[in-house]
Amino acid sequence: MGKTIGVLALQGDYFKHAVAAQKVGAQTVEVREKADLGKVDGLIIPGGESGVMSKLLVRDGLLEPLKKFAATGKPIFGTCAGAILLSADIERYEQTSLGLLDIQVKRNGYGRQIESFETTLTVPVLGDNPVWAVFIRAPVITRVGEGVEVMATHKGVPVLVRQGSVMAATFHPELTEDSRVHEYFLAQV
Amino acid sequence: MENLAVTEERKASWLTKIGLAEMLKGGVIMDVVNAEQARIAEEAGASAVMALERVPADIRAQGGVARMSDPLLIKEIQDAVSIPVMAKCRIGHLAEAQILEALAVDFIDESEVLTPADDQYHVYKHDFKVPFVCGCRNLGEALRRIGEGAAMIRTKGEAGTGDIVEAVRHLRSVTGEIRRLRETPYEELMTVAKDLGAPFDLVLEVAKTGKLPVPNFSAGGVATPADAALMRLLGAEAVFVGSGIFKSNNPAKRAKAIVEAVTYYQDPHKLAEISMGLGEAMSGISSVTLTEGQRLAGRGW
Repeated sequence: MGKTIGVLALQGDYFKHAVAAQKVGAQTVEVREKADLGKVDGLIIPGGESGVMSKLLVRDGLLEPLKKFAATGKPIFGTCAGAILLSADIERYEQTSLGLLDIQVKRNGYGRQIESFETTLTVPVLGDNPVWAVFIRAPVITRVGEGVEVMATHKGVPVLVRQGSVMAATFHPELTEDSRVHEYFLAQV
Repeated sequence: MENLAVTEERKASWLTKIGLAEMLKGGVIMDVVNAEQARIAEEAGASAVMALERVPADIRAQGGVARMSDPLLIKEIQDAVSIPVMAKCRIGHLAEAQILEALAVDFIDESEVLTPADDQYHVYKHDFKVPFVCGCRNLGEALRRIGEGAAMIRTKGEAGTGDIVEAVRHLRSVTGEIRRLRETPYEELMTVAKDLGAPFDLVLEVAKTGKLPVPNFSAGGVATPADAALMRLLGAEAVFVGSGIFKSNNPAKRAKAIVEAVTYYQDPHKLAEISMGLGEAMSGISSVTLTEGQRLAGRGW
């Protein structure tokens, strides 16, 4: 039976994630309320504005249901804003996060849009071919806890990390043709 | 991309420009004229703010020439919020666009809401590092702007009226033309491109994919959560709200409600709840009463 991936659809590029997950063989569901979480085997938190998503999580009562979902051990993958929402600590801003990943992040750590960039990354678990990565007003991971595995770095800064069933990227695998990150996530589900 | 060395970085690429537009999907971009309004907008859940000198309703009421905001105000807004800050330049005003890029705004709106600086030509937007958004009334206009380098399109509507009818007309026009293109045999596409006044390669791309090559948002006339939900139902991927928020009698509450409506646009029960007790919306002007000269949407070529 196929796996069903939920994509948190409060704001951001959730549609791109759904397409990327479908491309590697998953069925997808847009998650906007508690009941939607019951239908999915794994969850993606997309890119977008982390502050907006965080406010909507609180206003619409999704914070606790998401934490409970994580506690079942079902895999969660966050990209960019999603990584911020998963983090334990957000530098400078008073912003609610899920605290599921023992990392500290600095929002817009590379600067404004004019500093957004594309590059290639070496990601050993995905093989020898470099991964094409695009960073959009991306956060910088400024601290990783002991239990966190760093899967890729860019200029010494962690950009793909994992702790148990929770994985986060500060770049956007959903925006490129390279499906390997989604494929890897799906294999964990 | 395959030829890029591992350590090399490429900034201001087309993918990074469209990428930011992708991140703004499913959200609300709010017009603000100062840092205080920007903070209210961010707190309400705006995914970005648009800095401008006066909201469109005031531009209509006061008349005169509408220009780019004072750079000092833009800086104050950038310092006040952590969400992307967009700003408007006049159509064809190369120098205003360059100033906005020097300020490192996150998106430039080459906008018909301001008084055009050039009555024939738009800015060549591929020359800039900062991405651009432009308005359109139909598919031809959208594809001309994308051809010039716009990384996001918004249907124009009629700004500053609080009347949704023009926004609906423009969005239906774009989506209807795309639907027809999908069914058009390829040998007819060159003539279609000529009739639309649009670049052939983009016409071909839309015929193949059935969608615009860049994100398609809606603007001009949204005054209520229901208006925002309507534009989403008709296919807009995000919504710009101008005068509708700060010309209403409870901006913070209304802004919050419009943000919720853009997320829960498919849930009428939730929309009913969201729409309750918001106070008075902006009073508005019915767009049929406007004379040709009062219509902003006609600006752009």
